[in-house]
Amino acid sequence: MTHGRNSSRRTAGWGGIYRGHRARVGERLAEMGIFVVSLSAIALIFLIFLFVGREAWPILIQSDSVNSAAVQDVIPAVDLPKLSPEQIRAYLGIDAAQLDRMDSETIRELMLVREEAFASLPQSLQRDPDARLNTVRWRSLILPHQWAGYSRPEFIWQPIGEIHKYNIVPLLVGSLKTSLIGLAFAVPFALGAAIYVSQIARPRLREWLKPAVELLSGIPSVVMGSFALIVMATVLQRFFGYETRLNAFVAGIALGMAVIPIVFSIAEDALTSVPRSFIQAALALGASEWQAAWQIALPAALPGVFAGVVLGFGRAVGETMIVLLVCSASVMSWNIFDSARSITTTIAAEMAEAVAGNHHYRVLFLLGTILFAVTFVTNLLGDIFIHRLKRRLEGKQ
Amino acid sequence: MSSPPSPYPSAVPLPGPIIETRNLQLWYGTTPALRGVSLSIQEKVVTALIGPSGCGKSTLLRCFNRMNDLIDRVRIDGECLIGGENIYAPEIDVIELRKRVGMVFQRSNPFPKSIFENVAYGCRLQGLKDRHELHSIVERSLRGAGLWDEVKDRLHESALSLSGGQQQRLCIARAIAIQPEIILMDEPASALDPMATARVEELILELKRDYSIVIVTHNMQQASRISDYTAFFYLGELIEYNETNRIFTNPEKKRTEDYVTGRFG
Repeated sequence: MTHGRNSSRRTAGWGGIYRGHRARVGERLAEMGIFVVSLSAIALIFLIFLFVGREAWPILIQSDSVNSAAVQDVIPAVDLPKLSPEQIRAYLGIDAAQLDRMDSETIRELMLVREEAFASLPQSLQRDPDARLNTVRWRSLILPHQWAGYSRPEFIWQPIGEIHKYNIVPLLVGSLKTSLIGLAFAVPFALGAAIYVSQIARPRLREWLKPAVELLSGIPSVVMGSFALIVMATVLQRFFGYETRLNAFVAGIALGMAVIPIVFSIAEDALTSVPRSFIQAALALGASEWQAAWQIALPAALPGVFAGVVLGFGRAVGETMIVLLVCSASVMSWNIFDSARSITTTIAAEMAEAVAGNHHYRVLFLLGTILFAVTFVTNLLGDIFIHRLKRRLEGKQ
Repeated sequence: MSSPPSPYPSAVPLPGPIIETRNLQLWYGTTPALRGVSLSIQEKVVTALIGPSGCGKSTLLRCFNRMNDLIDRVRIDGECLIGGENIYAPEIDVIELRKRVGMVFQRSNPFPKSIFENVAYGCRLQGLKDRHELHSIVERSLRGAGLWDEVKDRLHESALSLSGGQQQRLCIARAIAIQPEIILMDEPASALDPMATARVEELILELKRDYSIVIVTHNMQQASRISDYTAFFYLGELIEYNETNRIFTNPEKKRTEDYVTGRFG
């Protein structure tokens, strides 16, 4: 026998080839462990979504228990016997379980409190029709409204004061505006650097450049935000000469700097993994290095490059600190030189002040849900697109 | 023979060899790969470079279109003349050189683009945009590579949907689309099955009417079937260079005989 040592561990005959003779318990345990860990990531995402969605749920289904109206019509306490349980619940903003626990005396007390509260409101507010609006209705959340004292319907996010205005459109626009500026700034730089480092740079230079760009991602966003707030804002204003010093443009550029290393890193990997044989074929046909990089490597790496851009967008939309520091006035404007307030900034700045369970709190969680949905849909669409692109490149149509 | 001087030096028949190396030496870092190769390659014939792995035959081939430039720490000494010009002279434009010295690689490497775009790419590089002209060049090149009938109905499908042999012939079509004068082939059939290999060999025999072909091969039968001249290399040195049938039937050197008869390699 040539396999002297092995044969000593063999059973006589072929019985030993059955499973279980020497079950590889360790390997199987490790495999199961890894499987559980990978599932836990999915479970965690699901749980977070569940948590965020649960807090936003009353707004999503437009439950009567959430009502932000500053002035609500008063039903005199003496009318209590005429009301159905549903009407009582809607009037007092409580759920069925809470109602069950109350006797009629408690309910009468609560109705009296409402009467007194109404009586103590200033006359002006009592007469203001806006004060009777429930501003967490879909209509108020999404459509513009002409508030008293305004000359035309407007989108306003103003969760303070007597009348809480919860129009989320300025925040969506703010997020979109800053992220798109960030991407528009970051993608050309990141892509150019990725092409240069992966295709043109000599190996020694490449060894320096790649970590240097990736180091940028190690800068905490609060540092980046402060830098943008203090230095970049001034420099950019001097250069472009716009009016508002702190605006979506400055925030976008700072966001872009945070996004560059992400897009760069993924695009560079994708470009490096384009087979050298493609590049050699192009060079042998008389292409310059730039032509080979731009016309051959880049199209072949497009799925990976696009994945980097999608991930960069996700980071830009999700980034909080930079926008919070640089600008946060929730003005409704598509002008990039106006201020902006992003969704994440709003959540970060207001969550601590919102009373748990009240309408403001619920709207903030609604924003969280929207953010989650946006990132999810972007990633999904990106994935589908990348998949199609890959199939097309591989010739499987 | 007195023809007026042409602006395109290679358009007139060249007296003498098309490629000539004089004491060409090459090092990868400090490792010598070519140790003083002097060789004259004739026009419009097939010249085979043979020898065991690591003998420098592929390295020499890559000297002719300066693909070795892409490798770091390569040092070259001696002369390599194509059409009488030293292609390692500092004023040589490598891109212009490569337009006239085409190359087919060991592994078929079509771009992940359509069949049409693969063949048209070289012409597009030279700024040709006219759709009709491109189409006629693509057709002519694909016919030249014996691929036209197989792909004429799916020119706009991905080149990667072709079989391995078809992909390699597509690469040949791509190389001849820009009408080089020399085609370098680096073991073009080593990754193909016998049928596809036969197709490529037939093609090479047809192509030598119009092009000077230098082919590196590991396959002795292939060299004897398709080449007119054969050069045998061993450890970076040119051992013997002669007409192919002489090399295979009556070599002068013992080492050549040992190799071509399969005693080592």
